Amino acid sequence: MERAILSGNEAIARGAYEAGVKVASAYPGTPSTEILENVVQYPTIDASWAPNEKVALEVGIGASFGGGRALVAMKHVGVNVAADPLFTLSYTGVRGGLVLAVADDPELHSSQNEQDSRNYAKFAKIPMFEPADSQEALTYTRLALETSEQFDTPIMLRTTTRISHSKSVVTLQDPVTGLPEPGLEKDPAKFVMLPSNARKRHPLVEDRITRLEEWACQQPFNRVEKVGGKIGVITAGVSYQYAREALPDADILKLGMVYPLPKQLIRDFAAQYDTLYVIEELDPFIEEQVRAMGIEVVGKDLFSICGELTPGRVAKSLSGKDEQPFFSHSETLPNRPPSMCPGCPHRSVFHSLNRLKAFVTGDIGCYTLGFMEPLAAMDTCICMGASIGNATGLSKLLSGDEQRKVVAVIGDSTFLHTGINGLMDMVYNSAVSTVVILDNRITAMTGRQENPSSGYTLMGADSYRVDLEQLCRAVGVQHVKVVDPYEVAATRQVLKEEMERPEVSVVIARRPCMLVKRDPVARKPAMKVDLDRCTGCRACLKLGCPAIEWRTTADGKGVAHINSLFCVGCGLCNQVCNVDAIGDINE
Amino acid sequence: MSNEVTNILISGVGGQGILLASEVLSEVLMLAGFDVKKNEIHGMSQRGGSVVSHIRYGKKVYSSIIPEGQADMLLGFELLETYRYLPLVRKGGSVLANNLQVFPAPVTLGKESYPVDIPAKIKAAFPDTKLVDGLQLASDAGNQRTVNVVLLGALSKNIDIDDSFWQQTLQKMVPAKYLEENLKAFSLGRNL
Repeated sequence: MERAILSGNEAIARGAYEAGVKVASAYPGTPSTEILENVVQYPTIDASWAPNEKVALEVGIGASFGGGRALVAMKHVGVNVAADPLFTLSYTGVRGGLVLAVADDPELHSSQNEQDSRNYAKFAKIPMFEPADSQEALTYTRLALETSEQFDTPIMLRTTTRISHSKSVVTLQDPVTGLPEPGLEKDPAKFVMLPSNARKRHPLVEDRITRLEEWACQQPFNRVEKVGGKIGVITAGVSYQYAREALPDADILKLGMVYPLPKQLIRDFAAQYDTLYVIEELDPFIEEQVRAMGIEVVGKDLFSICGELTPGRVAKSLSGKDEQPFFSHSETLPNRPPSMCPGCPHRSVFHSLNRLKAFVTGDIGCYTLGFMEPLAAMDTCICMGASIGNATGLSKLLSGDEQRKVVAVIGDSTFLHTGINGLMDMVYNSAVSTVVILDNRITAMTGRQENPSSGYTLMGADSYRVDLEQLCRAVGVQHVKVVDPYEVAATRQVLKEEMERPEVSVVIARRPCMLVKRDPVARKPAMKVDLDRCTGCRACLKLGCPAIEWRTTADGKGVAHINSLFCVGCGLCNQVCNVDAIGDINE
Repeated sequence: MSNEVTNILISGVGGQGILLASEVLSEVLMLAGFDVKKNEIHGMSQRGGSVVSHIRYGKKVYSSIIPEGQADMLLGFELLETYRYLPLVRKGGSVLANNLQVFPAPVTLGKESYPVDIPAKIKAAFPDTKLVDGLQLASDAGNQRTVNVVLLGALSKNIDIDDSFWQQTLQKMVPAKYLEENLKAFSLGRNL
């Protein structure tokens, strides 16, 4: 059989293919993004980006109701957006198997919070599998789709960053054959959740969880690994790997299904040990349920609720000893925070907003980096689409000068995700604020995914490109201006005028992302600094461009220097230089 | 094959080709018959931030994360990022560092300073440290962007795996039009 080294996300895509999935939908979000990006290589699956996670799930539900197997993927905070259909889907159940793959991000490698999606499984009464490596990610995806049909339920498949983005060896198999052909089938008692129908479905949901729990006690995905140890460990997911490594002599109950828990299996296991650990990341999800069964365990009193576990952290928590590594630093090292790319079209907008002393309600995307020094032009950031609603709220309690300072900043993809609702409200309820749509024609932060304003689909087909100006006008915005953010003075002038306007206005700052390959921005020769003219005023450094460095000349003068490896010749520094010391000296 | 796990850490700055280097390395190790796990953090850290990739191989590997102080080899693509991850290296571990400085934003802004004499500090703790002029060798190979493959070549000397697995993997993973310069870059690194 063929072996390959796959990431957890690649393995989920492969599992979906092997299980005969017909439709896959998602909104990109780290660390889940690569699931759909890898589904694309399997032409038997119709894969698409949805404008947000709620829509993605609704597309998956439609496919399932039509009798086809469906995969829906998102990150943990995406489930908050999709929660509305999710909870009712629990009541309807499925026709074709439906898997919701959700990727959590303990340690917040690139997220705004650390929520634990296992709570959603319990809350929505939906079973959840949790793989511990890429092989299980593949196997459990197949298994989840079968279980979904067997128990008439959607299934959640939970990964964490260390599963999604780790690579390990897997064995590939051929896709299943002989699945029923999709087709319409009316069944309103099951699919129309008005109260009289839903009331009848609720007991079925409760009964389903009980049956799943009993079934899970007999299944090999929940397994006991005995080495004749004196202590027992209950664990799941990536924590299993850390436990295995830190406690080679412990017996382990490794759970493949984290909701519902196999209670009898847990009781039988626990009875054999005086000391029982529950090792899990984030919430005491397993721990609390095991305690509620009347079993004493050691868990979160030892292992942190915050952040991710590592083999080192597990060992340290168990031993109570903080062993120093062979080498430790005696000096404080400078941080290396991420920054907007050289040539990023967002840079000048934040540079201007900083100068205009705006109070900026921000949003989720590359442009969230506008909060960092030296641009330092973002004052709030909550979730996808929140910028516009936040600005509305602020404008309602402020007056005069302060009200005019409020500017919402949002990317094109985020605007279409949930920002448009906020804009409707802003106009409808007569707020006074300026909205800047940073339209770089792509979902850049997660790695340049297409979206309804990019003109292309996930599968690479040409598509209609949403007309953002018309869309804003359609919800009632009277003042819509389009600017090129590479024209610094003009952009600042328009922002200034629109901020002064006592009405809702939208400024669309349009320029493709520097990294979009199909829509390339001509890379111009690198800029150079004329050392005779540079006065060392540091105005160019305020752009926060990674290509602009600070150097000291032989005679001790501080000057700007442009690193030709990074510079793409966008010319922003040329425009903000007060003494005309920067230019394309090659031309 | 013993049940020892070997731990290799690669660190550098987003955009230096660390991802491809660790992909190639993992593939080579799998072809050579090892169980391999690889892990890196990307997402926000892609954009000029600090990037680190963990690769572990042996007969059976559990966690994909290298425990603190247990890395056998550190391959650093940039001096500060090499220095930053030294606490993960075990006593007697080997360090291979690209002799290159890339100033992070807080340094450029004058808020923090880039540490001085990094090579000397690394060598003091890890006498086996080797500095590689990756950029020069990559230029010699015909393309400055092959620094990552030069460094892989240099690393390959510390890993007992037949050269053919490396050749085979580079041919599979490097785009055809860049293959020649990458093979040259690899051999320049390997023959240092």
